[in-house]
Amino acid sequence: MTPAVPRRDKGLVRPYVVTEGRSHPTRNTFDLVTLVMAHGDRPLDGLSPEKYRLMELCLGGALSVAEIAGYLQLPVSVTKVLLSDLVDSGHLSTRAPIPSAQLPEAQILQEVLDGLRARL
Amino acid sequence: MDSALASDRVHTTHSGVYLRGTVRTAAKLLVVGHFGVGKTTFVGALSEIRPLRTEETMTQAGAHVDDLAGLDGKTTTTVAMDFGRLTLSDSLVLYLFGAPGQQRFTRLWLDMTQGALGALVLADTRRLDHSFEVMELLEDHGLPYAVAVNHFDDAPVFPEEEIREALDLLPDTPLVTCDARDRISATRALITLVDHLHARTAQEPV
Ligand SMILES: Nc1nc2c(ncn2[C@@H]2O[C@H](COP(=O)(O)OP(=O)(O)OP(=O)(O)O)[C@@H](O)[C@H]2O)c(=O)[nH]1
Ligand SMILES: [Mg+2]
Repeated sequence: MTPAVPRRDKGLVRPYVVTEGRSHPTRNTFDLVTLVMAHGDRPLDGLSPEKYRLMELCLGGALSVAEIAGYLQLPVSVTKVLLSDLVDSGHLSTRAPIPSAQLPEAQILQEVLDGLRARL
Repeated sequence: MDSALASDRVHTTHSGVYLRGTVRTAAKLLVVGHFGVGKTTFVGALSEIRPLRTEETMTQAGAHVDDLAGLDGKTTTTVAMDFGRLTLSDSLVLYLFGAPGQQRFTRLWLDMTQGALGALVLADTRRLDHSFEVMELLEDHGLPYAVAVNHFDDAPVFPEEEIREALDLLPDTPLVTCDARDRISATRALITLVDHLHARTAQEPV
């Protein structure tokens, strides 16, 4: 199914340890493209190494959940648990991929179309 | 684990990693198709960031991953997807997620399809029948799609009608040919998909 090329050392990430034994986030609000923003004013001491690494990455600017998982080379499920904790502790805030004003899908598609055409 | 290392790599070799502060909407499209059809190439040709990959090891007994069936004694399997990003305006970013169709029962596939606007199915004329699985999967999820034949140099060229028939496409499902390695060609294929999605929203009763 997947090519036999290891992208990272197996065993480098031990999800069960990283998430302190939990496999479900405390909140269930993360889409792969939920946007994540870090708050620079929160202390980082006391965070687990994985959370510290995540905060270091996110303090540079906004990223989606999928990108955070990709850069940290963590499974998405693990990333969601970490993100969820860091939202609870006030280190991060998130924004839904589609603003709550609920743009109609047709309008989003029109904007995507315009954006793609402009690249030709 | 050396925690400084990972973020250093991100910061120094990938300026332009982060989203513009003005981004408000993140749209999601899928690029799907059978093994080796060109999904990673397609996403890579379009993405403004180095294409990223995430893997998930499935351990749940309830995960009906196809590959598990034949492997006695084995309780885990790895599923993967890769993805890229295109900033389309100050406020809009488009994410492309590429994954094969064998992952239908996994959490990763559910994550991927949730909120997706639609999918581009890449096909190869040397094995059109390999595309059925992923097309059925999209239909099961109610995700609209267009088909792009990714033209490989040694692949036979058939008239469009024959391909439509072989793939059993609905009359309004768009079919195009593309070269997944070429940014412009890949962009055109995506435009065909989004045009189709847009036309559908106009037809749907409000
Ligand atoms: N000639 C030609 N080769 C291509 C084209 N697209 C992809 N390839 C090659 O085909 C091979 C497979 O492409 P990938 O992009 O890895 O395919 P994939 O769908 O991601 O494959 P899996 O992830 O393994 O399922 C690579 O060697 C590509 O360089 C194309 O349009 N024309
Ligand atoms: Mg691939």
